[in-house]
Amino acid sequence: MIADGVEDEEKWLAAGIAGLQQNAFYMHRALDSNNLRDALKYSAQMLSELRTSRLSPHKYYELYMRAFDELRKLEVFFKEETRRGCSIVDLYELVQHAGNILPRLYLLCTVGSVYIKSKEAPAKDVLKDLVEMCRGIQHPVRGLFLRSYLAQVSRDKLPDIGSEYEGDADTVVDAVEFVLQNFTEMNKLWVRMQHQGAAREKEKREKERSELRDLVGKNLHVLSQIEGIDLDMYKDTVLPRVLEQVVNCKDEIAQYYLMDCIIQVFPDEYHLQTLDVLLGAFPQLQPTVDIKTVLSRLMERLSNYAASSADVLPEFLQVEAFAKLNNAIGKVIEAQPDMPILGVIILYSSLLTFTLHVHPDRLDYADQVLGACVKKLSGKGKLEGNKTTKQIVALLSAPLDKYDIVTALKLSNYPRVLEYLDTETNKVMATVIIQSIMKNKTRISTADRVEALFELIKGLIKDLDGAVLDEVDEDDFKEEQNSVARLIQLLHNDDPEEMFKIICTVRKHILGGGPKRLPFTVPSLVFSSLKLVRQLQGQEENPFGEEESTTPKKIFQLLNQTVETLSNIPAPELALQLYLQCAEAANDCDLEPVAYEFFTQAYILYEEEISDSRAQVTAIHLIIGTLQRMHVFGVENRDTLTHKATGYSAKLLKKPDQCRAVYACSHLFWVDDQDNVKDGERVLLCLKRALRIANAAQQTSNAARGNTGSVTLFVEILNKYLYFFEKGNPHINVAAIQSLVELVTTEMHSETSALDPAANAFFASTLRYIEFQKQKGGAVGEKYEPIKA
Amino acid sequence: MVLVLALGDLHIPHRAADLPPKFKSMLVPGKIQHIICTGNLCIKEVQEYLKTLCPDLHITRGEYDDETRYPETKTLTIGQFKLGLCHGHQVIPWGDLDSLAMLQRQLDVDILVTGHTHQFTAYKHEGGVVINPGSATGAFSSITYDVNPSFVLMDIDGLRVVVYVYELIDGEVKVDKIDFKKTAASTHSAH
Repeated sequence: MIADGVEDEEKWLAAGIAGLQQNAFYMHRALDSNNLRDALKYSAQMLSELRTSRLSPHKYYELYMRAFDELRKLEVFFKEETRRGCSIVDLYELVQHAGNILPRLYLLCTVGSVYIKSKEAPAKDVLKDLVEMCRGIQHPVRGLFLRSYLAQVSRDKLPDIGSEYEGDADTVVDAVEFVLQNFTEMNKLWVRMQHQGAAREKEKREKERSELRDLVGKNLHVLSQIEGIDLDMYKDTVLPRVLEQVVNCKDEIAQYYLMDCIIQVFPDEYHLQTLDVLLGAFPQLQPTVDIKTVLSRLMERLSNYAASSADVLPEFLQVEAFAKLNNAIGKVIEAQPDMPILGVIILYSSLLTFTLHVHPDRLDYADQVLGACVKKLSGKGKLEGNKTTKQIVALLSAPLDKYDIVTALKLSNYPRVLEYLDTETNKVMATVIIQSIMKNKTRISTADRVEALFELIKGLIKDLDGAVLDEVDEDDFKEEQNSVARLIQLLHNDDPEEMFKIICTVRKHILGGGPKRLPFTVPSLVFSSLKLVRQLQGQEENPFGEEESTTPKKIFQLLNQTVETLSNIPAPELALQLYLQCAEAANDCDLEPVAYEFFTQAYILYEEEISDSRAQVTAIHLIIGTLQRMHVFGVENRDTLTHKATGYSAKLLKKPDQCRAVYACSHLFWVDDQDNVKDGERVLLCLKRALRIANAAQQTSNAARGNTGSVTLFVEILNKYLYFFEKGNPHINVAAIQSLVELVTTEMHSETSALDPAANAFFASTLRYIEFQKQKGGAVGEKYEPIKA
Repeated sequence: MVLVLALGDLHIPHRAADLPPKFKSMLVPGKIQHIICTGNLCIKEVQEYLKTLCPDLHITRGEYDDETRYPETKTLTIGQFKLGLCHGHQVIPWGDLDSLAMLQRQLDVDILVTGHTHQFTAYKHEGGVVINPGSATGAFSSITYDVNPSFVLMDIDGLRVVVYVYELIDGEVKVDKIDFKKTAASTHSAH
């Protein structure tokens, strides 16, 4: 059925165009032979095509445009006729003899245009006549296009200020009056369309109305461009008249479109100065009008106006814009109790943005807006829906763009809004907050602020009610937790007491995070704490200080308990590393028992929890490396720890690893800057043990007939011999070195090791080193001289 | 002229939130031909960031790195130079130059780059050069107090390498440079 309709419309349009073109042809002929009579006859016939009721606005427009073009030529002809002596008044009267009213009126408007240009009569008189004559057409589509034609031809002939048509009798007042009247009549026609036709065709009608709306709106554009309209005239005449029509027409479509038009078309300063009137119109509109969108757009415009220059801000204050808008919104929400929550949030978002731009120093205003939001949200439970949550995130992100987080934390209603977000959105907001902090490099420097902050971001810190951790994508989870870890680095205060409070606050929150989160967050906290320890180290311990003051001991206690949480997860390698870091810090504070305790914990973890061979190797390196640097231990403690470390080394899974760890242990017995740790004999024992392991490794691989790699071990051990030889270890003599050199040389020449170029190169560079040392001369040269390569 | 960026021990996120902004604005993609990283980034995001600066990225494993598959040591040849890379926690005593020299002999390289101590050093000995680019973020270290953020840029040109060290001291970037020349074919491979 519909397809047929469209097809028919095409046919009618085609027929209309054909008819129009045919009459136009004859009209042109008449114009060429200056035949006024015929010109009028054929132009009237041509315009009769516009009398059709069969076309939709879209198609009618096509016909209209062609007629418009032809009428332009006719107008030129009329102008020439008057120059040739024809009186314009007579012409004006002549065209009214056209048979049908529609063609008559089109011709009249066309002549009217020439009439005004001739200045034989005041513009206002002609305009008034025309705008009233057009009342003769009450059919909506035809009437709208006719009046649109009138608007078009009169556009440049309005008696505006500075226009050539301005005179004593003609003023801008008359121009305004004309446009307002045309506008009013057009709106009436437009609204009438709504009620024509069958109920089932309502949708089609509304679509057609939508196609025509710009014809009506154009009048407002024209008004906005009349130079002579100043603020007073706008306030006293233009706005009230327009609003009167908008309100009285009681039509939802017209009201929505026209209110929006007013807001978009007229200058922002005018809106500010007429805010009362403008806002006062809203409650009078039909209840189905989408007021929130219009209001939002108004606030958006005003926000941008405020942002454009600081000079305009005083104006906002003077008209009390915020109070008025706040009230208006409140009224709208009250009047529409069924407004979906999304609508409410959109309104408050716009108001908040407005507030941030216009009153950035008034935190209380921003808080007020959030408070109003909270009030509306209460009792509704958690928010759902994609659009709604997106809008809330926009609402909550706005203050972060304007203020840093420390200021935003002062908004008491901010966290309350967050309460209404579901878990997912909570996390999104938390991420937004953290990113804002990192971008602005905001320093959060008191425990209270840290507390408030962590409350805000609790979605990331722990599992909120109803959260299902399994559903989270692993990479996303890692990213989130790493961002929390980074955040912890930014929480700082130079005052140790406050810093300790901050650390305790952070600790309290992250320990509630559960086993999945701790491996990410605990290390950050540990290092933050170690930094504080180091800071306190520099300060003398005050014997008269208060009981409650922060000391390294207190911090170490806390650290012990904190790292402990990791060993239960399990994250033993990480926990071990952190224990060793703490041990080193305790060492620097001369706290022997504390350092010993940390080592004990590390060793327990090594023995009981770390079973992967690679992890063991790394752990051993860290243990030996740390222990080597300890100066706080007494002989007994040091011996115990060293003995165990050596034991672990010898029991590593793979022989090469054993060998290397054992010779690394040799350094435990010889520390350069500690004179009481220079036990040459134990060093040598270690190296010999390493040698035995290397031998054993050699034999195993020989038996398996694979590539050894263990020749390298001999070269490594040789290098260690040289190291301690140089340091002056009395137990390492030239003979020992020489025999090692020979051992390696032999190995190098055996079959299997010919396949190991790396080992060869290593040996070669070692020999080069020996030569080089010899050539150094002096004490070193003497030492090395006896060694034959 | 081949530019090699050497850096490491960023310890993001455990000990530092990010690279210093002044460093970030200096490190621009497309200017550097190779990046060698001593380790302890520690997270994937840092690796991805480095990759945007230069696709030829070499990393060795630090003890806190998330990625467990980075190698313990790496060697590569750039121009006339053989470079060796290792985090350094494996070389005991930590920071001891003689022990590092041993590693250099073992890897048979002209330039050895290691980290772990967070302290910039550049040391020349008969076997070559040992460089520690320090910590690019100035991360806390149990070994070094008052760590300044630093990184190293090496300009390798024929048999000469100029080592530029960039250090952030009291909010200002200070640059220093050291020249090294190697004699032709000073590293031999055994036959």
